[in-house]
Amino acid sequence: MEGQAILTTPLANTIGVWIGAFLTLMIFSFLYRDNPFYKFAEHLFVGISAAYWMTVAFWTTLIPNLFARLWPSHMGGVLPSAVGNEREWQYVIPLVLGLILLTRLVSRIAWFSRWAMAFVIGFAAGTNFTRYLQSDFVSQIQSTMVPLYEPGAGVGAAIGGIFSQLVIVGGVICAIIYFYFSKEHKGGFGKAARVGIWVLMAAFGASFGYTVMARISLLTGRMSYLIQWVSGANW
Amino acid sequence: MAEESKNVTFFEKLGTLDRRWIFLMIALAVIIPLIMKYTTSIPTSPLVQRLFDKTEDLPPGSKILMSFDYGPSTAPENQPMADAFTRHAFEKGHRVYLMALWPTGARQSLQLIDELINVEFPEKGYGTDYIHLGYKAGNQGLINTLLSDFTAMYTTDIEGTSIDEFPMMEGIRTLRDFDLILGLGSGFPGTKEWVQFAGDPGDIPVGGGTTAVMAPLLYPYYPKQMVGFLGGLQGAAEYEYALIQAYPEYMQKSRLASTSMGPQVTAHLVIVAFIIIGNITFLVERSRRKRY
Repeated sequence: MEGQAILTTPLANTIGVWIGAFLTLMIFSFLYRDNPFYKFAEHLFVGISAAYWMTVAFWTTLIPNLFARLWPSHMGGVLPSAVGNEREWQYVIPLVLGLILLTRLVSRIAWFSRWAMAFVIGFAAGTNFTRYLQSDFVSQIQSTMVPLYEPGAGVGAAIGGIFSQLVIVGGVICAIIYFYFSKEHKGGFGKAARVGIWVLMAAFGASFGYTVMARISLLTGRMSYLIQWVSGANW
Repeated sequence: MAEESKNVTFFEKLGTLDRRWIFLMIALAVIIPLIMKYTTSIPTSPLVQRLFDKTEDLPPGSKILMSFDYGPSTAPENQPMADAFTRHAFEKGHRVYLMALWPTGARQSLQLIDELINVEFPEKGYGTDYIHLGYKAGNQGLINTLLSDFTAMYTTDIEGTSIDEFPMMEGIRTLRDFDLILGLGSGFPGTKEWVQFAGDPGDIPVGGGTTAVMAPLLYPYYPKQMVGFLGGLQGAAEYEYALIQAYPEYMQKSRLASTSMGPQVTAHLVIVAFIIIGNITFLVERSRRKRY
């Protein structure tokens, strides 16, 4: 399979690289201070993003999932694989709900759109509820209730394993205690809540560390692009 | 007394340091190692090693579904993961199915075909060794449907050719027909949804690779709900290390993440230095205030 290169000619590629490099520099210029170049790049990004997502939604959602189901014989020019399929009348329901959503644009009948929104929210809640309950609640409890000692492990591994499991179990219990507000955080209960705060702080610290790593990775990506641009490697 | 006053002035100045100096230092910490081509090897952690071992232990010809759930904005983190994993999968003779829950992900997988598969594995055939199924809308709803009926959503490949024409699509009816799913993601929908809507209900081995920002949210799924996990650029570098250890011929080719880890190390050192300086400044200032 040949990839579908966006920039198909060397000249188009070179122009694309130069535009990309200048836009990157315009965005970076904000680090010095706010300026018209940054504003231009920012507005360009917002506008292009909005247009891109609208186009993507039309061609990848509305065309194959709605129009091609309701009027397959008219799809010859855009989705040849749909031609010959039977019309699926049940797709009138999402069409109607979609049109109802647009009533938000007319204030007098805007309340109509709540029906479509209710459908969307109900579907999302119903779909997610069981999966979140199973994967993020039941399975997580199971993952916490682990044996302290695993037979067959060496002495060092066994000690490390026991310590690790105790940290997990103790950390989870203390963090939950911190969020239990029906009893005053005093005495042993208060101390456990205090440990819960430390556990949360450690989690936030790890999260912050990972965020720093992510941002530096992205910065490295852009710097690498600029270095290649300066050296002419990616023209 | 004069010495103390000089110190106080110095720390006071440090406390009000223009943040643009910090930006400059971070920029230099990234640019210099890139120009000097400073790289570092990151030994593989158990999380990454388990995913590597799972791929390694699958019999040749196993079916691996790779989902590209990210876009160009996080490609510096996610693309090295895709590259290293694809090299490994092809080295083991597995069949790779590319798809995307993000429209921008389809473009990233085309980049993988253009820059890696066509260049390093020209002998691999489209439709027999790998296939690009493209992007489909639906987020977790799509995964839900694929779990019960894969062909209901994917009737064609990305170019509109019927999937019945590709030998490697034979026998693919549901997600359960895959031996491993690898979700490479940077947000919603992504790796988390693959665990929730495919791995757990379908009892299908799911591996993950996410941006570092997402990584802490995914760790709780390991090891029971995920076979292994690549967290950020470091995870990608660890997978590259594991690949090079097992297949030294990739020493030169599979270095994208390792190359980017050089600037990562220096930038972190600069940040840690600034944190220490900031805390020292705070403590000195506080003790000075207490004294006067």
